[in-house]
This record gives sequence, structure tokens and C-alpha cells, in this order.
Amino acid sequence: MSSIALEMMGIGKRFGANKALDQVRLTAYRHEVLALMGENGAGKSTLMKILSGVYQPDEGEIRLDGKPVRIASPADARAAGINLIYQELAVAPNLTVAENIFMGAEPRARFGRIDHEAMNRRAEEVLARLGARFSATTPAHRLGIADQQQVEIARALIHDSRVLILDEPTAALSDRESERLFEVIHQLRDDGIALIYISHRMEEVNRLADRIAVLRDGCYVGSMTRAESTPQKVVQMMVGRPLNDFYQHKSEVGAGPVRLEVQDLGSHRVRPASLKVRAGEVLGLAGLVGAGRTELARLIFGADARTSGRILLDGREVAIREPLDAIRLGIGYLPEDRKGQGLFLQLSATANTTMNVLGRHARAGVLDHPALKKLTQQAIDRLAVKVSGTEGIVGGLSGGNQQKLLLARWLAIKPKVLILDEPTRGVDIGAKVEIYRIVHELAAQGVAVICISSELPEVIGLCHRVLVMREGSLAGELAGEAVTQEAIMTLATHEAA
Amino acid sequence: MTTSSPNSPAGLLAAPKPAGFSLGRLYSKVGMLPVLVVLYAAFYLLTLHFSEDGSTNFITLDNSLNILRQTSINLVLASGMTFVILTAGIDLSVGSMLAVAAVLGMLTSLPGHAPLLALPAFIVAGLAMGVLNGSMVAMLGINPFVVTLGTMTALRGAAYLFADGTTVLNSDIPSFEWIGNGNLFAIPWLVWLAAAVVVASWFVLKRTVLGLHIYAVGGNPQAARLTGIKVNRVLLFVYSISGLFAGLAGAMSASRLYGANGNWGTGYELDAIAAVVLGGTSLMGGVGSIWGTVVGALIIGVMNNGLTILGVSSFWQYVAKGAVIVLAVMLDKWRQKQSGLN
Repeated sequence: MSSIALEMMGIGKRFGANKALDQVRLTAYRHEVLALMGENGAGKSTLMKILSGVYQPDEGEIRLDGKPVRIASPADARAAGINLIYQELAVAPNLTVAENIFMGAEPRARFGRIDHEAMNRRAEEVLARLGARFSATTPAHRLGIADQQQVEIARALIHDSRVLILDEPTAALSDRESERLFEVIHQLRDDGIALIYISHRMEEVNRLADRIAVLRDGCYVGSMTRAESTPQKVVQMMVGRPLNDFYQHKSEVGAGPVRLEVQDLGSHRVRPASLKVRAGEVLGLAGLVGAGRTELARLIFGADARTSGRILLDGREVAIREPLDAIRLGIGYLPEDRKGQGLFLQLSATANTTMNVLGRHARAGVLDHPALKKLTQQAIDRLAVKVSGTEGIVGGLSGGNQQKLLLARWLAIKPKVLILDEPTRGVDIGAKVEIYRIVHELAAQGVAVICISSELPEVIGLCHRVLVMREGSLAGELAGEAVTQEAIMTLATHEAA
Repeated sequence: MTTSSPNSPAGLLAAPKPAGFSLGRLYSKVGMLPVLVVLYAAFYLLTLHFSEDGSTNFITLDNSLNILRQTSINLVLASGMTFVILTAGIDLSVGSMLAVAAVLGMLTSLPGHAPLLALPAFIVAGLAMGVLNGSMVAMLGINPFVVTLGTMTALRGAAYLFADGTTVLNSDIPSFEWIGNGNLFAIPWLVWLAAAVVVASWFVLKRTVLGLHIYAVGGNPQAARLTGIKVNRVLLFVYSISGLFAGLAGAMSASRLYGANGNWGTGYELDAIAAVVLGGTSLMGGVGSIWGTVVGALIIGVMNNGLTILGVSSFWQYVAKGAVIVLAVMLDKWRQKQSGLN
């Protein structure tokens, strides 16, 4: 039988006037994967930061193996056997794998020297346990994201982890890499570790979790075993209302004219690719992470230099040398990395949403503030963004609200072509549904939409037609009934016949 | 007119929410101003305490104008520096640019040259050097620290060369004598000029497309590029404006002293950077304001003036100034935690 590893009871936490957590409880058992679900802003991260010693709770109790513990710092958490693997990995690129794993806890030889031999040996043991495909002496910068994640997990294991928290671990992984991670998770579970798994992806949770706990608005809603759960039930618990139609019906294929045509567009990372998008059409661009989808999008947008090909807009060849050219032509690009490439976190909602159209609302370079604020307020209303006003900085907003503001920036240019790169990554379900609604609306208005997504149900539910990329080139096209998860994955992973 | 809120003139860049009261939140609004007030009061009490006859002239109108006059040149340099640092850059060459501009301007003013063109010469020389810095940073993509470290050294040499190793003196400079020695409504022109520079800088930063682009480039250069901002043009502008202001500062100091030599302005870049940092502008770019820089420059000015009146040796003045800079930035870290983006 499984026994209780961790209990959190009556946890409360405020930030200023905001109540982030209110009487939250959570129980994690040994030999079990507990999925922690909730919309962005529901309090998952805050709860996990309390558990890992980053924040101190205002009230409540934490028990490990039945004994109350005080976790005043991340070091306390580690000493107690609680480890958190963050979404953003923290691997030092110039150190070896073993040095990364043992960072801060290096085995010592005489005179305080590091005992490299022992360190490498023990690192190899842990890596073998994880089924890693790299050695302890590999420099970390040679590893892909999935392998770096294994290094972080290995780091937790040498600290004798009893509770391991994974925060959206598959967000940056391809499906194949995710599979390997799942195997590792299953093995750790069988070894008796209590795992807490945070994810927005329902499918994953369904496959992986033994039990599901749901938070909403800083409160504990409930938990259930996997057998009891259905996706509809979980979603309903998360959003507090039934969502009858998760992926709305596709809008009718706009039989509009070809809006964007790309001929033999290539660079040193993308083999020459050709595609067409019609006005009113949503074209999916699927494939594994690293297959060249983002690179192709950036070529179209002028963000990277191309080595071949031409771009036609409404049948006329256009010169796009830099993003500004594309924007002037009415081509928008919503980047996949919201914080790194999209938002200005220290600037206001107004600055963020109107950055592309400042010139249109200025006289002789002097900004027309009232007009910009009005524009922003309209966008906030239209996209149902939750902000405290047009002038608050966007850094503190939840992922979904940030993404909506970023989308608003592109809607402001009244685009003819809009490229969305992972538009719902790290976004809660409520915001996802909103974003889908906006995409449908845009298509209905005759915008040609290109949507890059790693979530297959999203690609299938949203797009009229899907192009699949593999290793830098277009591997095939699917349309209508032929668009299935299996067909996409076959094209994405198999060598061409 | 539509839905603008009248109490937020800072418009697009205003940050804090006005909910509740806490020391941290108050501080995040007023920035370093309390430090300035406390320093001012402390120097008043100290000069009173150490005076022979129980009175002090620290707080008199004369001395207050003195502080402003002494601060004016640093404030002009620091304004240019604010532009640069907002883009996450740095301009180490402002002191050297000041020297080159001062020497070239004074040479122009000599009889037999073109005395009437002296004032434009200061300004154009400064602008040209700023454009040089900006071109190397923006077009060649060289790290601004390296670029301006290079021009700081090279232009210092150029200043000595132009001055031929001596001081260019000229007491007959009717075309710009007023700058350093004249008054308007009993306030020195030096102070008016610094004020004009500050107001112009504020206007550009807070009211124009270019200003918002400067914040954007500093806050997230990748996003700026993907938003169609001409990042290179913005960078070229900020270094050019820094050079232009250094040229103006050159005119201010040359006029005040009726001369210039290659040694002018040595170390001024550090006071300018200190003023900007004291004012709460982040060296990481994207966050800060010109008002902060004004307060920062005044803190330095008040300290220089107060310590001198107290008769503290210049060696100890350096120690005190350094300590205040570090303490102030520690305070600033705390402030960011309070108002933070958690």
C-alpha cells in the first residue's frame, strides 16, 4: 500500500492585498504521481514555491512522513528531500554533466580538492538509473533541452529526493523526448518517490497521473483518482463552469483568394519550402520541436536572412528584408517565446499593445496618449484581458493575459497575414478558448492565419489544412479528414519513402 | 479628449498601482528624493553644529544657487547618459568628449579664427563624436563598454593634441561668455541650460515615439526588433545625444573658466553614471526616468558642496561619495523587491 509522503494543510499566502492561496491542502503519496492542475494564476506555482522554500506561507502546516517541518529556504527543502524542477532549466553550460549534478555538493578528496573520480562514478550511476544517453563527462552545452532536464532530475536524485516536483516539464520537449521523460517518471514512482506533476496538457495528465488535484483562484477545489476523472470533469473543476465545446467548430474554409504565397524560401537552417495560404484560411504548421517551423516563420517575417526564394502577397512579389517591412505589408508574427521575444515586461499594457502602431497615433513624433489608451482599452475589452488598468506594467500578469495583450499588439496592425507561433503555450484553458475564438474571428474576417503548434489536438481542432515539417523541410500536407494525430506524427517522424 | 487619467502625466510608462499604503510602495513612487531631502537636512544641521557663530550659509539662496550651478554640468552629461543607459548601454567617453569639444570651441574663439562660430563648434564637435560612438555600437555591433572605453582614451589624447599640451585661454569670448557667467532672472544661465536639457530629455523620453522605442530597446531588444523598431537607429540616436550634451557641457565649462585644456572633464563620466544609477535607472536598461537622474545629480552636488563647506578633505569626500552610491543602489534593490514583478 502507498503511504503518505507529504501533507500540506491550511496553507495561506498573501501578496500585498492579493490573496494568492487560501486554506489550501494537498496530500502526496509514495509510489504515486499526483497531477496538480489549475488555470494560470490559480496558485499552483505559489504553492510549489512554498513547498520548495522560496516563499514562506502566512499560515498552515507542512508534514513530511507525518512530522511537521519548517521549510525556511530552498536549502531546507533540499535537506528534507523536496526538489523542484523548474520550467526554465538552470544548467551551467561550461561545466560537465557530473559537475552540474553535484554542483554545491561535490565529493571532496584531500586538501579540499574535488574528487572527480568519485563524482563521475556516482554521476554515471544516477544517469544509468535514468536511462540517459550521455556520459557524466559530457559538457552540458552539448545537451539538448530534454537531456538537460535529465541532468536536473539527476541532481534531485543524488540529494535523496523523496518528493519531486516537475513544473510543466514537457513544455519544451518533443513528443519523443516526452515519452522518455514519462518512462523516467514511472521508474521514479516505482522507486517510491512521491511525484507532483504540474501540466496544462490534459492528455499527459491522463496518461501519467495516478491522482489529480485541482486548484482554482487560490483555493483547493478537490482531487480524484484517474479512474474517476474525465477531461470534461477536470476542466469544469478548473474553470468553475462547464465548457461544452473545447475546440469550437472550425469556421468554414474561406474560399478566398491566395493571400500569401511562398516560393522556395530557404536559409541555412530551412530547406527551400513553398506554401500558399488563402484569405480566411487557418494553415497549421506541425512537426517536432526543432523541425524548422519557427525558422520558416521567421524567414517569412523577415526576422532572419534568407538564402533563396520569394514571397508574394496578394499575387505581387514583396521585398521583406526585416520585420518592419513585413509589418508595413500587414504581416504579423506572434513569437513562441512570449517573455523573451514578445513582451516589454517593465512597460505598461498600453505600451505593449500599441508598440506597432505608435506612428499612426503620433503627430510629428509626439504621442497621442489618449488615443493610445483608448485603443488599449478597446483591445482589453475585446479580448477579455484581466488587467488593473491600461497603465499597469505587464510583468505581473498571468501568462494568458500577457498572451492576449501580445495578440492585441498584432491585431492593432489589422493584419492580412498573421503567423502564430505556439499561441497557447503556458496559457490556461480559459485563455486558450478565448484565443481560439479570436483566431476563428480573424479567419472569418479574411485574415490568412498560419498557426505553429506542438499540441496536436490544437492543430487538428483549429486548422483547415496542415503542413508537416521534418528536419528543416516540408514533409507533407494534410487536409480535411486526413488530418489525424497519427498522420501528422508519421510525417513528422518517419523518413520519406 | 477621451479617457486619459489626469493624474498620470507619465502616461505609458507609469508603473505602480495606488492600492494600500506601505513604505515600499511610497518609495517606489518618489524614488531617491527622500535621500536627497535627508542629506540636505543633515548637511544643514552639521554645518550649523560645526559653525563658530551658530549660523550657517549652507541653506542660503546664494549657496543653493551654488549647488545648482555646480551640479549643472554633471546634470547635462547625466541626461545624455540616461538615454544611453536606458538602452542598456554605457558611455564612458563623455568626459573626453567634453574636453575635445571645449578645446575645439576655445580654439575657434581665438582672434583670427572664427569667434562667432565658437558656440556651434562646441555643439557640432560633441555631436560628431557621439555619432562616431553610436555608429560603432549600432552598425558594427561592438559592445558599448568597449567602444566608449576606446573613444574615452583616444579622445582624451586628441584633446591634448588639439590643445598642444597647454591650456587654450581666451578672456574675450563675447559670443558665449553669458553661458558660464551670466544670469537670467538672477539665476545662472548654467542652471537654465541644465533645466532646458532635462525638460527636453523628459519630453523626448515620455512623450514621443522615439522615447518609447528607447525604453523598448533597453527592455527587450529582441522583442523590439520583432516589433519593427529600428534598433540601430535608436542606438545611434542615444549615443549621438550623449555626445551633443557633452559638447554643450564643454561649452558650459569652457565659458565658465575662459579656457580649456586636454585635462578638462577627467572622471566626469563616473559622476554622470553615478547620478543616473542613483536616480534609479537600471543598468540593465528599460527602466528609469530623467527625474531620477535630476535627483541623483543633486545628491552628488549637495554632498560635494556640503562636505566642502564642512572642510572635509577631498580624500574623504571620495570615500563618502562612493559609500553613498553603493548604499543608494542597495536601497534601490530593496525598492524593486517591494514594487516587484514577483
